Amino acid sequence: MAKAENNKAPKTVEVQYGDGTKVVVDPNKKGKLSKRETTGYAFIIPYVVAFCVFSVYPVFKTLYLSFTQYKGGIGIKPVWTGIDKYVLTIKDEFFWRCLLNTVKIWGVNIVLQLGLAFLLTIVFIDIKYKIRGLAIFRAIYYLPNIIAATSIAFMFSSLLDKEYGTFNQILSMFTDHRVRLDWLGSSSLCFITIGVIQAWMWFGNSFIMLMAGVMGISSDYYEASAIDGAGRWRQFTRITLPLLKPIMLYVGVTSLIGGLQMFDLPQIMIAKTAPSYSSIRTVIMYLYQFGFSGTTAKDVGRAAAIAYVLFFIILVFSVLQFIAMKGEDD
Amino acid sequence: MAENNAKVQNENGKVELKKNKAPMNVTRGFFLCKKTILYICLILLGVLCLVPFMLTIVNATRDGHDIMTSFTLIPGDKTMVNLKTLFQKINIFRGMFNSLIVALPSTLLSAYFSSITAYALAIYKFKARGPVFAITVVFMMIPGQLSLIGFYELCKELGMIDTYWPFILPAVAAPGAVFFLRQYVLSILPRTLLEAARIDGGSEIYIFHRIVLPLMGPGIATMAIGGFIGSWNNYLMPLILLTTKDKFTLPLLMSTLNDAMDIAKNQGTIYMGVAVSVIPIIIVFCFCSKYIIGSITAGGVKE
Repeated sequence: MAKAENNKAPKTVEVQYGDGTKVVVDPNKKGKLSKRETTGYAFIIPYVVAFCVFSVYPVFKTLYLSFTQYKGGIGIKPVWTGIDKYVLTIKDEFFWRCLLNTVKIWGVNIVLQLGLAFLLTIVFIDIKYKIRGLAIFRAIYYLPNIIAATSIAFMFSSLLDKEYGTFNQILSMFTDHRVRLDWLGSSSLCFITIGVIQAWMWFGNSFIMLMAGVMGISSDYYEASAIDGAGRWRQFTRITLPLLKPIMLYVGVTSLIGGLQMFDLPQIMIAKTAPSYSSIRTVIMYLYQFGFSGTTAKDVGRAAAIAYVLFFIILVFSVLQFIAMKGEDD
Repeated sequence: MAENNAKVQNENGKVELKKNKAPMNVTRGFFLCKKTILYICLILLGVLCLVPFMLTIVNATRDGHDIMTSFTLIPGDKTMVNLKTLFQKINIFRGMFNSLIVALPSTLLSAYFSSITAYALAIYKFKARGPVFAITVVFMMIPGQLSLIGFYELCKELGMIDTYWPFILPAVAAPGAVFFLRQYVLSILPRTLLEAARIDGGSEIYIFHRIVLPLMGPGIATMAIGGFIGSWNNYLMPLILLTTKDKFTLPLLMSTLNDAMDIAKNQGTIYMGVAVSVIPIIIVFCFCSKYIIGSITAGGVKE
């Protein structure tokens, strides 16, 4: 069967495209799919079906539900309410409070995470110091990132406990009195704590991203410019920074998308009864309360509206960040 | 400036020094000193990454009361006691097993279907190719919370609440993996090899299984390990979809530790729970950190 197909091959015309892909066009079969085309469709069908069902449908379902009054539950149908839930969300002072909380945690996180990653990248690409052991340092810095956030959350809520946490015990060794810092319970401290833990989890990742971006560039640039008499500062501003910028933009935007969706760490680490709960509750924790908690407050339509409002905020932030980074070029 | 001149000489091996010849030794000493300080900083940062885990493992072997009152790096003798209490409260191996039967099939499905889709999108020319690829890229960038509510409703409609299907089936469509593997196919697959295989009479699916798939191995491994860790660590989805405690995956089971016991009295047990959940991942990481680190940059940075 296959042999027969191949014998016909010379009759077809092969067209090579610019990107190197070749296409077989069979002049005898106008309007019909060629064998290659059929195979192509056959190969992507499972993906396309699963993609439509599990990726595309939920996004539009959420959009639909955001325009309805819907309590969930069996036998209950959503009732169309138009933009009510959006109005409710935008007028909701708690929503903005949660957004501010999320941005505060993310702010602490991104400054530390990108700052550390940036410094590390500068140290490791410096040809003067020729720091060795990149692979091992990179692996160690990355380790916290592969541990489940739930485990990290439990670990730190025990280590950072005000009364019996190991961190306060260690700090107590350096002072003459017993340190009782309330890392997680104090409203003014807990967002910093969570932000630092978040940065601790992610700086290795950012470092690897930045390194990958810089290593793509041959060290010839640095050596050549050094011979031409460029100082290290000049090398940094003229070679390193321009190279790092697009990657830092990428890391910044992805971190923003992830950061505004923060959930695991604060949800597990801060008890609902803790005084700091209202200053650490993130947007997704707020959404979760409406969408999935079994209480009377359940309002799936509102949770869906919160999801879309957050999406537009993320979109605006990403575009602004993009413009800001691009604008510096001009 | 002096340092700079010294470097130029070192790099080229020939003398290009214009000035500052005399303080060469001083400069060199200063340079080594700075280099040492840099190494110390880097090592300290590494220690900072490991210390919380070390403290956790040490505390897991100690008595709850001791942990609350004093700090030490010397392991205690309460390992078995803590383990026993832990198993009385939650069956952590059950959680690991559950996580495994979720993570393994979804990783395999994702690996196979992402590869075949990526291969088709890279090699075959057909009308839907452009649009499918474009929509894939768009969905890579849509934040997950947008589908959260709708996904839950979908699972309800399909009767998949409290089953593992919602974690396994969607793995067939992994936009990120498809995107990465498509680039990978384009960069590694020699087209002459395909032509040769076709002339030899191999059917298209045979060529994919016997020639393309093995060649894509390293790329697939990179994607698969990243996918496996993501699935293993997933918390929000199981939290929403699983209701029977026997079906809880490891992260979800861990999160019930709080309710299961009086935290103040059972510090050692809590630490033991964290240690048991963390140690397997650390061991895996020791062996495949290369692939894991490869998977980070794979999706993001384009050549």
